[in-house]
Amino acid sequence: MAPVLDPMVGRYVRLDIDGTPHRIYFEEAGEGIPLVCLHTAGADNRQFRHLLADPAITSRYRVLAFDMPWHGKSTPPTGWEKTEYRLTTASYTAAIRAFCQAMELDRPVVMGCSIGGRIVLNLAIAHAAEFRALVALEAADFQQPWYDTAWLHRPDVHGGEVCAALISGLIAPQSPPVSRHETLWMYMQGGPGIFKGDLYFYRVDGDLREKVKSIDTSICPLYLLTGEYDFSCTAEDTLRTAAQIPGAEVQVMKELGHFPMSENPAKFREYILPVLEKIAAIPPS
Amino acid sequence: MTPADRFAKLPELLADDGDLLRRGRWLNVECRVDIGPEPFHLTLREGTLAALDRGPRLMRSTVFTIRGTDEAWRHHWQRMPEPGWHDLFALTKRGAASLEGDLRPLLQNLQYFKDLLALPRRLPEAS
Repeated sequence: MAPVLDPMVGRYVRLDIDGTPHRIYFEEAGEGIPLVCLHTAGADNRQFRHLLADPAITSRYRVLAFDMPWHGKSTPPTGWEKTEYRLTTASYTAAIRAFCQAMELDRPVVMGCSIGGRIVLNLAIAHAAEFRALVALEAADFQQPWYDTAWLHRPDVHGGEVCAALISGLIAPQSPPVSRHETLWMYMQGGPGIFKGDLYFYRVDGDLREKVKSIDTSICPLYLLTGEYDFSCTAEDTLRTAAQIPGAEVQVMKELGHFPMSENPAKFREYILPVLEKIAAIPPS
Repeated sequence: MTPADRFAKLPELLADDGDLLRRGRWLNVECRVDIGPEPFHLTLREGTLAALDRGPRLMRSTVFTIRGTDEAWRHHWQRMPEPGWHDLFALTKRGAASLEGDLRPLLQNLQYFKDLLALPRRLPEAS
């Protein structure tokens, strides 16, 4: 019997980010408009495996999902053991642009979730002309913190388990148990201190209040979608953000939480397919 | 049934959940959960409820306390809770619950405690 294979292919790309060599893991599938997917804090590209395997998307899009430096199968940079990982607006933006350049992507669409959604807003602020469209999932210019990140990395608390337990409440109760637990599994597998380091960007360095007002959606269309069960980035946070950006399209997704693409892929599909349809219809400039 | 009456069913609910008992097998702690104005003192031994004492106990010490309003627990224990009421931290973020004391055993066993505190969802909906 022939092997049953998922359609995505995984590879490593070598690139420099701010002068530091990296070996970045990514998966891709499909042909057409490049669509780069950014995973949430402390997770990896597997969150997008359902999009990578959806013919309704891959028939028109070349979907690429990479593991951020220090995440998933991307090799941490030389000397990582002597450093405390900390993501910043600048380092995150540099990583995304370096990936797009290394892969020679022509004005890709970028879709990011959570911290990925926040950085998408920064791409809209600072680099809009480089992208065909931007999709921010579970994104806002700022969110109120709801726990102390010091608990995420200390020797007397299991990092993977506490990360997963904390974020478990951000998954909608309607999400299928199998998808809920697959989402949690990825959190249990993160490197020590990596989720915490990502949240430095989210909580300290990446405050985009006021800055989002400068986004010009005539240069690059912007779509914001947030699940109603996300109490980290609430629907109100996203609506407040969108209200400051003329032309931004915003939607609150019913029965979804903070991880729409992995916690309930079938439900997320109902929301994201029409958005991708609209983007595909944008005439290339 | 009041929210406190529902929480009083915790020993039977936990005893019926073999998976939760397995996951809590390393846990030994005395803690307190307030359901509205009513305190409950939990003595957890290897993940089982060795005691659930309802009501005030003079000079009873506790490692940590989780407090929630009646409204918070009533919403939290709906079979399909509404957004913003569905998780312990959703409750604390909205100011309907609080965590006090030495939170280390709570964080070390966080999924266990979240699932323990959600057990009354399995009871018939409050009228």
